[in-house]
Amino acid sequence: MIEIENVSKHFVSRDTDRVVALTDVSISIRRNEFVCLVGPSGCGKSTLLRLVGGLLPVSQGRVVIDGQTVREPRAETGIVFQSPTLLPWASVLDNVLFPLKISRRLAPDSTERARSLLKLVGLDGFEDKYPRELSGGMQMRTGVCRALVHDPDILLMDEPFSSLDALTREELTLELMRIWREQPKTVLFVTHSIPESVMLGDRVVVLTARPGRIAEVVPVNVPRPREFGMEARDEFQVAAKRIRQLIFGTGRGTTH
Amino acid sequence: MEVVLPIATIALLFLLWEAACRIFSIPAYIIPSPSAIWTETSALPGVVGWHTLVTGKTVLLGFLVSLLVSLPLAVVLTSSPIVAAAIYPLLVLTQAIPKVALAPILVVVLGTSELPRVVVTFLVAFFPLVLSISAGLVSVPPELIELGRACRASRWTELWRIRLPFAVPFIFSGVKAAIALAVVGAVVAEFVNADAGLGYLIQTSTAFFKVQLAWGALLILSIMGIVLFQIVVAIERIFFPWSPGIDRPAL
Repeated sequence: MIEIENVSKHFVSRDTDRVVALTDVSISIRRNEFVCLVGPSGCGKSTLLRLVGGLLPVSQGRVVIDGQTVREPRAETGIVFQSPTLLPWASVLDNVLFPLKISRRLAPDSTERARSLLKLVGLDGFEDKYPRELSGGMQMRTGVCRALVHDPDILLMDEPFSSLDALTREELTLELMRIWREQPKTVLFVTHSIPESVMLGDRVVVLTARPGRIAEVVPVNVPRPREFGMEARDEFQVAAKRIRQLIFGTGRGTTH
Repeated sequence: MEVVLPIATIALLFLLWEAACRIFSIPAYIIPSPSAIWTETSALPGVVGWHTLVTGKTVLLGFLVSLLVSLPLAVVLTSSPIVAAAIYPLLVLTQAIPKVALAPILVVVLGTSELPRVVVTFLVAFFPLVLSISAGLVSVPPELIELGRACRASRWTELWRIRLPFAVPFIFSGVKAAIALAVVGAVVAEFVNADAGLGYLIQTSTAFFKVQLAWGALLILSIMGIVLFQIVVAIERIFFPWSPGIDRPAL
């Protein structure tokens, strides 16, 4: 469904130096596949996400979604950012409806859909609250609902749970897997947590830094439905170990 | 408590003032006592009220003009670095010119009407507004802008639905500074050219040694400043309850 073909991206910094973010990246992602992008800081994983989202133009190569070359943001893509970035002046419900409002696609049943999404993440009863009245985890859940409200077929997530505490993070990871099972979508999930990537992904794309390129695409053979406690399984260990080796090199593979 | 405490402090201050004037028998033409100021000022309710209205009108007109100019100016200023580079030095220049020195020249240029007074008030009040509105417009988290772009919002929609609402707390912080400065600007303008207004009243009454009346006008100006400021605070609280009030001192 998503074809990333020989994509490179460089930025021109202030002193006109060219900073290479990504070099010759190619992946093919199937419909309803859950793909995680893992790599050290500065490996260009967030950049790759933005290229797929059409928020940044590619420097070379192309991103093709359903046969269409991506040149601008696509209506059927949802994005979840690192911080919830909710609108402080809007209620939870209005925050979820915001993408529909600004793209003028508010339908009569939109509110109903927003409410059922909020119910799906356990936020029923919080529709009229304001973001500052919510905990960090609830704000992030609202952000996830906002990304799903227009029923996108692609969901891009940029380290969505990294600012949450460990327990909330596990809770949201489970919720995300449940949502994905009930409403299948193609998910591209950026993280720098190796266990998180193995827990969530069908495949894990490991990127190396400077210049960002794909080291390897690691398949995860842990059966679904997944739950915490499966980390001890061999399939989990094999995938996690391989990813560690790719990021840290073989010598330090077991120390982390 | 939030209301009672400051009022009690001010009341105590006036009592001390009154007592000091009586105990040390300070002559009224140097520092009149609060009671003497009250007696002299309230003896002329019509005159004082008229001057207050005139000044109030200049303050509000100058403030409104500065608000109407600042909003689009801040939007233009933050729209591109090139525009900002072109306009910003000009803005700084308008602030570098001493307004007191400019006022008599403006009278020559614009005539002895109310216009130069409103212009001076505007010039004094608009700069902090432009600065704070611009700061608000550019402080939007980049991810919110990306969200707008991902939803394929036009630049106008982005401004109207994301940037401007986000700037509201900043706008109010500027408005609070501007409304206080507008009172200063109006009085400065009245000193130079006016036949009415509290600034004019202070000048004429000191010239005739009616010191109590001058002090009365001064107090009315302070009250006017406080009332206008509190109106702005109330508007922010009523219409934008979600605004954190970024300039409220946190204790």
